[in-house]
Amino acid sequence: MNASPRYEHLDRLEAQSVYIIREAFAKFENLAMLWSIGKDSSVLLWLARKAFLGSVPFPCVHVDTSYKIPEMIAFRDRMAKEWGLDLVVGQNTEALRSGLTFPNGKATRVECCGRLKKDALQETLHAKGYTAVFVGIRRDEEGTRAKERYFSPRDKNFEWDFKDQPPELWDQFKTDFEPGTHIRIHPLLHWTEINIWEYIERERIPITDLYFARDGRRYRSLGCAPCTSPVESHAVTIPQILEELRHTKVAERSTRAQDSESEHAFEQLRAQGYM
Amino acid sequence: MSAFAEGERQLRIVIVGHVDHGKSTFVGRLLHDTGSLPEGKLEAIQASCRRRGVDFEFAFLMDALQSERDQNITIDTAQIWFRTPKRQYVIIDAPGHKEFIKNMVTGAAQADAAFLLIAANEGVQEQSRRHGTLLSLLGIRQVAVLVNKMDLVGYDRGVFEGIEREYRAFLKGLGVEPMAFLPMSARGGANVAAPASGEPGLGWYRGPTVLEQLDRFEAPAPPTEAALRFPVQDVYRFDARRILAGRVESGSVKVGDELVFWPGGKRSRVASIERWSAPESTSAAAGESVGLTLTEQIFVERGHIATRAETPLIQSHEVHARVFWLGKRPLETGRRYKLKLATQEAEVQVKEVRSTLDSGSLESRGPSSAVQRNEVADLVLATRVPVAFDNHDACAATGRFVLVDGNDMAGGGVVIGHAYAEHASTDLHYNTASVSAPERWALKGHRGAVVWFTGLSGSGKSTIANALERELTLRQVHCYQLDGDNLRFGLNRDLAFGDADRRENIRRAAEVALLFADSATVVVASLISPFREDRQRARALARERGVPFLEVFVDAPLEVCEGRDPKGLYAKARRGEIARFTGIDSPYEPPEEPEVVLRTAQSGVQACVAQVLDALLPEVRLRR
Repeated sequence: MNASPRYEHLDRLEAQSVYIIREAFAKFENLAMLWSIGKDSSVLLWLARKAFLGSVPFPCVHVDTSYKIPEMIAFRDRMAKEWGLDLVVGQNTEALRSGLTFPNGKATRVECCGRLKKDALQETLHAKGYTAVFVGIRRDEEGTRAKERYFSPRDKNFEWDFKDQPPELWDQFKTDFEPGTHIRIHPLLHWTEINIWEYIERERIPITDLYFARDGRRYRSLGCAPCTSPVESHAVTIPQILEELRHTKVAERSTRAQDSESEHAFEQLRAQGYM
Repeated sequence: MSAFAEGERQLRIVIVGHVDHGKSTFVGRLLHDTGSLPEGKLEAIQASCRRRGVDFEFAFLMDALQSERDQNITIDTAQIWFRTPKRQYVIIDAPGHKEFIKNMVTGAAQADAAFLLIAANEGVQEQSRRHGTLLSLLGIRQVAVLVNKMDLVGYDRGVFEGIEREYRAFLKGLGVEPMAFLPMSARGGANVAAPASGEPGLGWYRGPTVLEQLDRFEAPAPPTEAALRFPVQDVYRFDARRILAGRVESGSVKVGDELVFWPGGKRSRVASIERWSAPESTSAAAGESVGLTLTEQIFVERGHIATRAETPLIQSHEVHARVFWLGKRPLETGRRYKLKLATQEAEVQVKEVRSTLDSGSLESRGPSSAVQRNEVADLVLATRVPVAFDNHDACAATGRFVLVDGNDMAGGGVVIGHAYAEHASTDLHYNTASVSAPERWALKGHRGAVVWFTGLSGSGKSTIANALERELTLRQVHCYQLDGDNLRFGLNRDLAFGDADRRENIRRAAEVALLFADSATVVVASLISPFREDRQRARALARERGVPFLEVFVDAPLEVCEGRDPKGLYAKARRGEIARFTGIDSPYEPPEEPEVVLRTAQSGVQACVAQVLDALLPEVRLRR
């Protein structure tokens, strides 16, 4: 096997993320990590193991909309077993039973995301009493995420007040809150899509095969099957994916249909508590 | 293999400046001109503008949030990625509006370098100065000033140079040396990516384009060569091992090193350096997040900072600092706050606000009982338990802190402890044997030094030395005058005026001066000391002992001294009643490179004293 590239610039990103993960672990009692099975949250999980020297000392929450691409669920269960994760699966069973979803034609995409992801997450965090949750979002993904903090509070109603965010400087984060506040911790905020792939290559982090081209198409971003489409690609290795990304001018989330349903759909969704 | 196959370090750059001086427009322009915009982004925003019936502006690219488009100001700190052929950049666009200083601080604190924009048509404004002040406090050392909207002033060179003069002087007061001033027009694109030569109005400009300046900034490297600073984040016990988790903020650490943990000063050795899924190594350097195990199990917890014994931290119940305040309610003396410094937390009380400073005008308003939002202040914080820290210019990561008011992070500060020694060791194992020089400095609040006045009899040495002693005492600097004549009444009364005795006279005076200086006293020695070699020997002794030595040449022509003749000695010498009198029948060798030359025939006593103080005070003040 060839040696992986060193990509020394990743050392700084990694050390920063590990620092943030450890800060959160030192500060919050009931902590969980959101694991979407995608490449970013797999990197996040890997960084947690770096931080805790192999262990993952908190549960991993997967919000299962029931519409995920089947390979994703198979990959989830395999990795959870292999890495000995404490996997917690959340689901909005009520919405699924009543069929108020986009694939059933009874909701817009954004409404569907709100019910099956945001509400399911809120319900799971509430039921389990988690006061803080790690989420693998990055600033370069999209405009509203670019404005996020590493430690980002959500109020009792799960809402994000992006107009009045706490200051963050010199790696000092907001760790004192009103009761009822819940905190999103974003250790990957400063990474780019390219950094994520470089790191997956360097560290040999397992990811699902959906990211690699099959019949001239691959997934660049993973979500629910009805709202996520693959991009045209012939990249079957990570170096090929990197090469492709270095020349693309297409946004990463352009294949996620809910983002573009209306002009401010995603911003509204995030203000209400979407990841 | 592609040119980018090995990824490279990105540089984080913040863009600051007064509201409406064109920051967002500039970023939009930069992205557009370098082909960095995502496909369709420009078209989408242009279409959105048409629907809303507003003219397209480059600023809309950055101000992506709805509310910002309505208000047309940047509320938060957006980040955007972009590259030149040299490397990748993260651009942090910081809001210029006064209301959003906390967001500007958040953005700027993450930056490696800064562009500060000043609109040519409006010139230096309140936020231009405020942002400059904050950049200096946040520790951003690489700053280039972009004079924007040059098109609005017809690319006038005089306007550009006027702004450069004014703002350069302002930055100098902050101790910031800007890397460059560049003229540009973000709206039209002149001198951004396109060379200035493309704009006839800029024919007078010979400097770099903004893009070229960007590539001239340097990516800061972690301080691996500095003193070790390892703040403990947590102690993990996932298995039998007890692992201290943390990031090496400065210096490096290896297996076998003896560490001292502050506050407290407990000691142990590094048994192993722990990493997961990483190459094995027995050392770790600044920038690395690792785990340490120790040979001897001592009580260590989050908040402790490990150092080496020879480069300890300052441990104190008081912190002298310069603070910028962002809180909704003012900072007040007597109130309690939470101080967070590295991983250390302590309850602090504001003991004294020594001076508040308007961060926009830098105008000092003297002592106060409160610090308002957006003000900068020099203050003293008192803690119930001792805290450990550095002066911020010794180590940034352990020399700065934030203050939490209730639940909110309400201010940031840097330690400027002129009241501290560099390393006030409170180590109980070793300080029983002797008291270190820094401890003596800490007691007195300053270092010792030798000010050596040399010059002809009657040149004014004693007069100036007396006045200097008074001025130093007013400034609470402990000083003592060693007068050549006085020494001859006691210590040196066995000596005559032959060359050998004169030499011995100087040697003894120098030794005594150094004893005083060792005890952290400023010695004002005033001796004719006519021979260059003797004075050089005194200087060499001082250097050996690390004592600052200032040779002050009190320079007055012989005829002036003889005219003054306060003790009637010249008259006696002329009459032959005194032999070997310097200047008459014994030579005086003037210093070759004195630190200070005082021309007492031209300058008054106070002007001469001021000259000496200017040279002396920086040498004896403790490092800030």
